[in-house]
Amino acid sequence: MDAPAVFEARGLSKVYRMGEVEVYALREVDLDLFAGEFVVLLGPSGSGKSTLLNILGGLDTPTAGTVRFLDHDLTVDDDRARTRFRREHVGFVFQFYNLIPSLTALENVALVTDIAERPMDPAEALGLVGLGERVHHFPAQLSGGEQQRVAIARAIAKQPDVLLCDEPTGALDYETGLIVLQALADVNRRLGTTVAVITHNASIAGMADRVIRMRSGRITEVERNAHRLAPTELTW
Amino acid sequence: MVAGLRPLHRKVLRDLWHLRSQMAAVAVVMACGIAMFVTLRSMHGWLRGTQTQYYEAYRFADVFASARRAPASLARRIAALPGVGAVRTRVVMDVTLDLPGLDEPGTGRLVGIPEQRAPMLNDLYLRSGRWIQPGHEDEVLASEAFARANGLVPGDAIPAVLNGRWQRLRIVGIALSPEYIYEIRGLGDVFPDNRRFGVLWMGERALGAAFQMEGAFNDAALTLAPGATEADVIDGVDRLLAPYGGTGAYGRADQISDLFVSSEIEETEITSVLIPTIFLAVTAFLLNMVLARLVATQRDQIAILKAFGYGSPAIAVHYLQLALGPVVLGAGAGSGLGIWLAAALARVYARFYQFPVAEYTQDWRVVAQALLVAGGAALVGALGAVLRAVRLPPAEAMRPEAPASYRAGIVERLGFQRWVPAAERIILRNIERRPLRALLAAAGIALATAIVMTGWFMFDAIDVMKQIQFESVQRYDAMVVFDLPRSARAGWDLVHLDGVRRVEPFRVVPVRLRRGPLTKRTALLGLAPGSELQRLVDRDGAVRQVPPRGLLVSDVLASQLGAAVGDTVTVEVLEGKRPVRTVIVAAVSRDIIGSSATMSLEALHALLGEGGTLSGAYLALDQRKAPAVYRALKETPAVSGVVVREAVMRGFEDTIAESFWISISMMVVFACIIAAGIVYNGARVALSERGRELASLRVLGFFRGEVTRLLLGEQVLLTLGGLPGGFLLGYFLAWLVAYRFESDLFRIPLVIRQTTIVYSLAVVLGAALLSALAVRRRIHRLDLIAVLKTRE
Repeated sequence: MDAPAVFEARGLSKVYRMGEVEVYALREVDLDLFAGEFVVLLGPSGSGKSTLLNILGGLDTPTAGTVRFLDHDLTVDDDRARTRFRREHVGFVFQFYNLIPSLTALENVALVTDIAERPMDPAEALGLVGLGERVHHFPAQLSGGEQQRVAIARAIAKQPDVLLCDEPTGALDYETGLIVLQALADVNRRLGTTVAVITHNASIAGMADRVIRMRSGRITEVERNAHRLAPTELTW
Repeated sequence: MVAGLRPLHRKVLRDLWHLRSQMAAVAVVMACGIAMFVTLRSMHGWLRGTQTQYYEAYRFADVFASARRAPASLARRIAALPGVGAVRTRVVMDVTLDLPGLDEPGTGRLVGIPEQRAPMLNDLYLRSGRWIQPGHEDEVLASEAFARANGLVPGDAIPAVLNGRWQRLRIVGIALSPEYIYEIRGLGDVFPDNRRFGVLWMGERALGAAFQMEGAFNDAALTLAPGATEADVIDGVDRLLAPYGGTGAYGRADQISDLFVSSEIEETEITSVLIPTIFLAVTAFLLNMVLARLVATQRDQIAILKAFGYGSPAIAVHYLQLALGPVVLGAGAGSGLGIWLAAALARVYARFYQFPVAEYTQDWRVVAQALLVAGGAALVGALGAVLRAVRLPPAEAMRPEAPASYRAGIVERLGFQRWVPAAERIILRNIERRPLRALLAAAGIALATAIVMTGWFMFDAIDVMKQIQFESVQRYDAMVVFDLPRSARAGWDLVHLDGVRRVEPFRVVPVRLRRGPLTKRTALLGLAPGSELQRLVDRDGAVRQVPPRGLLVSDVLASQLGAAVGDTVTVEVLEGKRPVRTVIVAAVSRDIIGSSATMSLEALHALLGEGGTLSGAYLALDQRKAPAVYRALKETPAVSGVVVREAVMRGFEDTIAESFWISISMMVVFACIIAAGIVYNGARVALSERGRELASLRVLGFFRGEVTRLLLGEQVLLTLGGLPGGFLLGYFLAWLVAYRFESDLFRIPLVIRQTTIVYSLAVVLGAALLSALAVRRRIHRLDLIAVLKTRE
C-alpha cells in the first residue's frame, strides 16, 4: 500500500496488575494503520484488541512501546494532550452507543461539532448515515441501530483522521448490523477516513482492506483482502 | 470483623462504606439538627422547670403593688379582699451606695425581711453566709449577681445613705430571690448593671426605723387564691392603696424580672421546634436522595435477591438498615454535642439569671425524644426509596432501567436553542426532567441561605439596637435620679458642678393609661423640648421631636391600648395628687428599647398641676472631670442614683448580645453545614447518575474542566436558583424574629444590611464551592474505559 501510515505502533505491551498477578493484555505488538484503509481486528474476548484500540485512540497508555500518530508520539502525552488528540483526530463508535440521553440526535452530533476545528454540519452527518428524518428524536425514541448510526454520525461529523469502532454491531441484530456496517463503509469510501473495526464476528472481515487477527495479546495473522465485499454481501 | 454476619448484613456494611462520604454528609446534617434539638429542648425544659420550681419553692407572688406609705393594718384588709391568698407587706427603699472602686454612686434596693427567718412570699435562697440576726441593725443580705460584680463577700461592709445619713451596711449572707432573677432597677431600665444596682435585704425593723416607716409599708406582694381573677384583685388593691400613694398594682406579666425570663423561655420554645425541624427536613431530603440513587443502581441486585426468594420485608429491612447507618452516627454525635452545648449554655444562662439551682442536669427524656425524632426523620427520608425497592418486580428489575426519556425543554419552547450549546442543554434538560428534585435541592439551598441570613441579621440587629440606643437615643454620659420630685433648683445645682457641660432636666411619674377597657401601667416621661441628651428615635433612626401638646407613645404601647394618633387616652397619675386627665395621642413612635409614653416637660407639669418639679436630669460631662462629678453626686443627698451610659451599654452587651451570640453562631455554623451537605450530596448523586455520560464526553474529547463544568453547572444553577428564594425566606425569617421578639423590653429593627446579603452569599457559595471541589476530584478519576464496555 502506498498510503502513508497514520498510526505506527512498535513493541506495544500492556500489563495490568491484579493483586499479585500480572496480566498481559498486549505483548510487544507492532502495527501500522494506513490512511484511508478499512481494517478489521478479529479476535476472541481477551485477545487484546480493545486494549490496542484504546491505546491507539488515546484512551489508555501502554506499559511499554511507542505509538506514533502521523509525526506525533502519543506515548509521551499527558491526559490533557491525549484529550486534545481525541478531540481533534479520533472518532469513536462503541458497542453501547454511549449517546447522551438528554440530547436529541442532532444535539448529540452538535456536542462534538461544537468543539471541533473543521466540523461538518450535524444535519449533514446524520444525512450521511440515513437519519436525516429523525434528527430531533431523543435516544429513547430511537431503535438500537438508529442509535448506533447517530453514534457514527457523531464520530464522523468532526471529520476525524481515524474512526475507531469497538464492536459496533455487538448489540444489534443482523439487519440492523448491516445498515450500520454500510454506514461505516460509506464514510470510509466517501470521506476517505481510516476506519478500524474491532469485532469477534469473522464474517465482517470480508469488507476490510486488511484483516488483523489477534490472540492472547499478540497479532497472529495479517491478511489483505484482494477484493472488498460490500456489507450486503456479508452473511452470518 | 464481619465474619459471622449474614450476607445481607455484610452488604449493608459494605454499601455504607462505599457511600461513606455521602452518608457522612447526611450524618453531619442530622447531627446538627439533633444537637440543636437536644440543646434547645434541654435548655427550654431546664429553664421552664427551674423557673417553675423556683417560683413554687420560694413562693413568688402573683400581684405586686407599691405605695408611698400605708399603715401596717392595711395588710389585713388587702388579705381580706376576695381572691387574695397570702400577703406580704414590706418597706422597699432605693438608696445611694458607695461601692468600692466606683466614683459614681451605686443604687441599693433595700427590701425589708423579718429578722427571724420564716417562710414568706418572694422568699430568699441563701447561697452563702447566714441570715441576719435580730438586734444587729446594720446586717444585710446581698444579691448574688451584685455581690459577684462588686467582689463582695459576707463580712464586707458598704457605706450607704439611709434617709440622708451615711451608714455602713454589713453583708452577712448572699441570697437569691425569685423577684430578681433578672435584676434591674425598673424605671425605664432594660439591661442589668449589677455593678451599680443591687438588691440588699435588710431587717424590717431596722429599715422601718431608718426611714420612719415603723408600723407602715410601701410595698406589697400577694398571691391569688385559686379561681381568682387578677384584674379584680388589682382593682381592689388599687382602691385600698390609692389614699396612701399607691402607684398601681400589677401582675406577673408586668413584673420586669418575670417578663424577661418568661419571654426568653418562650423564645427557646419556639426556636427549639423551628430550627431542628429545618435540619431534620434537610436530613430526610438528603437521605432520600442517596437511597433513591442506591436503589436505582442496585436494581439487578434487588432482582437477584428477590429471585433467590428474599421477600419484600427482608428487602425493606435491608434498605432501612442502610438508612440507619447515618442516623445512628448522626443522632449519636448530635446528642453528644447537644448535651455538651446545653451544659455550656446553661452556664451562660445561670450567670445572668439568678437561679438557686444553677446546677444543670441533663434531662435524658429529651435525648430519648431526639433519638425518636431522628428515627422518624430517617424513616420519612428512606420511605420512598425503600418502597421503590420493595415494589420492583424481579423480572423487570433484571433488565437495566429503560433509557431515561427526555423532551425538549424551556430553551426550545422559548426558541433560544441557537444560543445554548448542546453541552449546556444537558444541564437544563436534567433539571427539567426532575423538577421536584431540582426544586427541593434549590429549596435546601434557600433554607441554608435563609438561616445564615437570619443569623447575620440578628448580629446586625443587635448592632443597630446598640447604635440607635446608645448613640442616638441616650446621648447623656450620666442620668441623675433624685430621691423624690425636686424643684427646678436641684437642676441648677447640677449645672454648677465643675465638669458638667450640659444639664437637661426630666420629670417622670408612674401612670396608668386607660383607653376603654384596656389599661397599661407605665412611666410617663416629661422631656424638655429640644432635648439633646435623651432623644426619641425610631427604629429606622429618624429622630422625633416631643410634641408641644399631647402624648407621644411607643407603638407597642399604642397597640396594647388600641390607640392611634388622634385618639384620646385617660392618664391616671399614680403619685402625688393623683390627677386623672384625658390626653390626646399626638404621635406614635417606633422606638427600639423599652415602652414609653412621653410629653413635653411643660405639658406634664400642667397635667400634674405642679410647678417645675424634676425627677432627675441628663448630664453631659467633661470626661476628664467625670470622676469628680460622680464623687460630688455621691455626696449629694438628693441624688438616689446615677445611671452611667457606658455601664448600661456593657450590660446590654453582656446580656442580650452574649446570649444571642451563642445561638446565632450555632445557627451560622450549622447553616454552612446544611449548604455543604446539600450541594455535596446533590453533586455526588448527579455524578453517580451521569458518570457514564460524563466519561463518554471525556472519550469524545471533552477536557476534564469542560466535563466538570457540565456536572457542577447543574449544581451552580440549582444553587443560584435557590439564592433569591433564600433571600426572600431570610427576609421573612428576619421579619418573624423581629415580630416574635417584639416586647415591652425591646423591638428588633428589621434591617437587612448589604453585608448580611454578602455574608450569606459568601457562606453558601463557599460551602458549595468546597463540596464542588470534593466532587471534582472524583470527576478526574472517572474510568473512561470501563464505561465503554458496559451498558448502564
